[in-house]
Amino acid sequence: MTEFGFKLSQSNRIDLDETDNSVFKKVAIIVPDIKLCFNCGSCSASCTSTHFKRVSFRSAILLLNRGHNKEAISMLKSCMLCGKCILVCPRGIDTRNIIINILKAEEEMK
Amino acid sequence: MVSPSENLNLNNMYKNVLVLGGGVAGLQAASSLRDLGYRVTLVEKGEKPGGHLNNWDRLYPGNITSSSVIDGYLSNSQGIRILTNTTIKSALKSDKLLTVITSSSEEITVSAVIITTGFSLFDATIKEEYGYGLYNGVITNADLESLFISGKIHNREKPSRVGFVHCVGSRDDKVCNRHCSKICCMTAVKQACEIKEIWPETEAFCFYMDLRMFGRGYEDLYYEAQNKYGVNFIRGRVSEVGEDENGKLVVKAEDTLTSRPLKISLDMLVLMSGMVKNPDNKALSAIFETSIGEDGFFAQPHPIVNPTGSSSTRIFFAGSATGPKSVAESVNEAKSAALSVHMLLSNE
Ligand code: SF4
Ligand code: SF4
Ligand code: SF4
Repeated sequence: MTEFGFKLSQSNRIDLDETDNSVFKKVAIIVPDIKLCFNCGSCSASCTSTHFKRVSFRSAILLLNRGHNKEAISMLKSCMLCGKCILVCPRGIDTRNIIINILKAEEEMK
Repeated sequence: MVSPSENLNLNNMYKNVLVLGGGVAGLQAASSLRDLGYRVTLVEKGEKPGGHLNNWDRLYPGNITSSSVIDGYLSNSQGIRILTNTTIKSALKSDKLLTVITSSSEEITVSAVIITTGFSLFDATIKEEYGYGLYNGVITNADLESLFISGKIHNREKPSRVGFVHCVGSRDDKVCNRHCSKICCMTAVKQACEIKEIWPETEAFCFYMDLRMFGRGYEDLYYEAQNKYGVNFIRGRVSEVGEDENGKLVVKAEDTLTSRPLKISLDMLVLMSGMVKNPDNKALSAIFETSIGEDGFFAQPHPIVNPTGSSSTRIFFAGSATGPKSVAESVNEAKSAALSVHMLLSNE
């Protein structure tokens, strides 16, 4: 096939008719807290890893809810499970438990 | 021996007060004044008293029915003269009295007036991009309440997805309403929970710009909406609504928290029509020599320390005539206005 030097870039759009947020739903059964986030950003702001790698618990669970799983998981890859974000979350969300379960769910999907 | 309360009644017996508008603020103001011993005439332009509460199903917090609130006032309205289908045409001021002339040419002479003319619901057809009146699936918060009251909601086919659009006709300079209507965030969350109660498998989405859950118990309902009902919250104003070939509503917004455009198909979209000025305000303000704010609501000279006072000595306000308020706030203001009337008249 002739290469024309073009590629179709993947859509950035969130299409809630197409995307599948089954990972979010699966984790929500184990840790229902995941539904309580109100996107304040305290977790991401306090994260020790985020200065070096793009780690954001807030963005990760939001993207997971919107069905953008790959990107969500990439934001948790450099998490050190230090648990600092649990201390600051005003909704009392067990963030570390959620991270562990997201990574587990991802392993299972492979 | 005459008890203090009887004494009070004797002093005030021959003083008349006019309450203008028969919504919840008007009903409360009239009943407080009656209890203080005044002769009260309540003028309502509609067919019956009750105002917007006549078209609302349940109120939060507490989940009480609006009809029980109205019935409570009406079953205890003895001593209040209620004139329905009536408006005020003019008013004549003399020293300590005002003579108003009604639409049926009756002259009523009173010592004070409480204006409780409330608000109008924003006409959602003005926001054409939301398709109200064009697509069957697009309804307003008030329409949904009517469906709840009549029970007709149960005749509808179970929707798989329902959306709620916050700030329709509020916080929008395009329709000349910069103000926040204050209670519609709460209404959206309440209605989303009610929909989930009826159809637990239906997915609900609230499209908001800010969530203004200001009152006691409001944040709890937001928490419950997330925790118990799994309502989805998307921060972004709906930009347009269309309809596809299957009659599904196609809604576009920006998911501002992920900074991405978002598209979703829905079966029902509920528009949170805001509280806007009553169109009669201008004429009434001219009749009673009060003032109007830029937003079209009545303006108080001292909104913080004297929220029920107007620029005219004998004219008072209560409820949403001076801007969006909840039922509880309107009730409180009505009691406060009645007390202000009493403080003025009992010293004369
Ligand atoms: S647990 Fe992970 S996401 Fe939370 S603060 Fe530590 S490194 Fe950051
Ligand atoms: S701190 Fe808690 S509520 Fe705030 S964004 Fe993080 S998870 Fe959500
Ligand atoms: S209360 Fe909420 S929905 Fe209503 S106008 Fe204010 S921000 Fe918008």
